[in-house]
Amino acid sequence: MQERLSLDFEKPILELEKKISDMRDFAAGANIDMNGEIISIQTKMNKLREEIFSSLTRWQKVQLSRHPRRPHSSDYIELMTADYMELHGDRCFADDKALVGGFAKIDGKPVLIIGQQKGRDTKQKLYRNFGMMHPEGYRKALRLFRLAEKFEKPIVILIDTPGAFPGIGAEERGQAEAIAKNIREMSVLKVPIIIIIIGEGASGGALGLGIGDRIYMLEYSWYSVISPEGCAAILWRDAAMAPQAAEALKLTSEDLLELGIVDKIIKEPPGGAHNDYKEMAGNLKKEIIETLTELEKVPVDELLQKRLEKFRGMGVYREQEE
Amino acid sequence: MEWFKKAKDGLTRQEKKEIPDGLWSKCSSCGEIIYTRQLESNFWVCPNCKYHFRITSRKYIKIILDKGELEEYDANLESMDPLKFKDSKKYTDRIKAAQAKSGLKDAVICGIGLIDSIKVSFAIMDFDFIGGSMGSVVGEKIARAIERAIRHDMPLIIVSCSGGARMQESILSLMQMAKTSALLAVLAEKKLPYLSVLTNPTTAGVMASYASLGDVIIAEPKALLGFAGPRVIQQTIGQDLPPGFQSSEFFLEKGFLDKIVDRSQLRDTIILLLKYFQR
Ligand SMILES: [Zn+2]
Repeated sequence: MQERLSLDFEKPILELEKKISDMRDFAAGANIDMNGEIISIQTKMNKLREEIFSSLTRWQKVQLSRHPRRPHSSDYIELMTADYMELHGDRCFADDKALVGGFAKIDGKPVLIIGQQKGRDTKQKLYRNFGMMHPEGYRKALRLFRLAEKFEKPIVILIDTPGAFPGIGAEERGQAEAIAKNIREMSVLKVPIIIIIIGEGASGGALGLGIGDRIYMLEYSWYSVISPEGCAAILWRDAAMAPQAAEALKLTSEDLLELGIVDKIIKEPPGGAHNDYKEMAGNLKKEIIETLTELEKVPVDELLQKRLEKFRGMGVYREQEE
Repeated sequence: MEWFKKAKDGLTRQEKKEIPDGLWSKCSSCGEIIYTRQLESNFWVCPNCKYHFRITSRKYIKIILDKGELEEYDANLESMDPLKFKDSKKYTDRIKAAQAKSGLKDAVICGIGLIDSIKVSFAIMDFDFIGGSMGSVVGEKIARAIERAIRHDMPLIIVSCSGGARMQESILSLMQMAKTSALLAVLAEKKLPYLSVLTNPTTAGVMASYASLGDVIIAEPKALLGFAGPRVIQQTIGQDLPPGFQSSEFFLEKGFLDKIVDRSQLRDTIILLLKYFQR
């Protein structure tokens, strides 16, 4: 069996997995029945996995969100939709490869689906700019949102970014303006919008696509004002303090549900989304279909009023009476 | 919906005597030693090199508004610590220290003021309070300032000065960008003018939300403006940044700013714009 890319805390589980696979091979080769032993190791493995995954630290969850085998936007689009037609470009400067999107059918229902896209190998990672968008990406998204609005199609947005790209060209072309404008315009788009954080949700880079009627998070995704590394570099003056920063930032799906920022956590298969793409995509698809059915019944005025109220109500402060 | 309670509090009454800056001030740009009184009458701009000293929100109120007065609202909002955030310091301690240092409750003052007798909803940020960072309080007060403009049919003026969203409130800070920008969409529908004034620095979460959404955006000269911090960009691309990168002048050149305005002209420029936008 090929050595699979894995995280440190996954290793004991993978060792047992390998043991099971070796026993299967051996049993088949020697033509003997080892089912009893195999089942007992499987039980042991499941128990171990449950133990490890039930006590993950926030930093470990961040690592899972960045797992080298974690499904990306394009994987979900492929597994959840039919007749996907990708559309390109912002009609202004370029086609941002860190964002993919177009029209597709989910369970026969036409939608606009867009997502931040990371690469798997080095070449693809560079091509996708590690999922970090430039202003033209946000403008491409807005162009597609307007198309969806014009033709009354709901919008599904998959968020997975370590942040908007911090570079010279990005600043020259107005990264801040592009994000700000998306936030404002998305708040009044006259079609249902579902946001799903599938991996990393870093800062304005995520929020620039993050305004909608429902915000869901996959179990092992994170969403925060800054990445743990960025926070550690500024507040601890040491990026190596990222695990501490991750704890302090309260950035997991459970944290955000508790803070009332997200509406729902979408469960991942045992061991994380990378262990079973099909099951993960299936869970996600089911939620999207249910939510679309629900949102489509809401009159547009009410939809927009509720969307405004949703974000209007976010924040925690104290106000003393005079 | 009653989103804000009126918390009338005449700022002039409450304002503490600012600690004298000393008889003489040194320009941090050209090194010129300036008589502080002269600097004050020159809008805190170096007479030698035009360097704009960073000034407090209260000084801006004096410079921009009629009689230097603001009828302050929402003065009693204070940050909480919903995440129990702690790095080298506890967030609650940072807030206390910032309050003691600045005499402010948080990083923005909001209210209603007159500019050449035109009533405006006015918000002014203050860098002295944790780098002008936006947490729940700043977001809520800006949101109420926008709603106040809508309710009373007034123009909105926000003077920004901020390093961005406040990390210690994590996702709650990020969502203030959404809260404020969404309300600006409502303001735009009402066709009420919004003037965004950028001072040194205006970056990150504030720049990527309301600061970038003015009908007209003006900035003081040589302010640091942008999305990402210069150090982060430098580290990412592994090379030195070109001179003047992310300055007001750069922003104007790239098309993201309408005008660079000397502080001495700020009030007159705002008045002229408000008159153009009157119907
Ligand atoms: Zn000088």
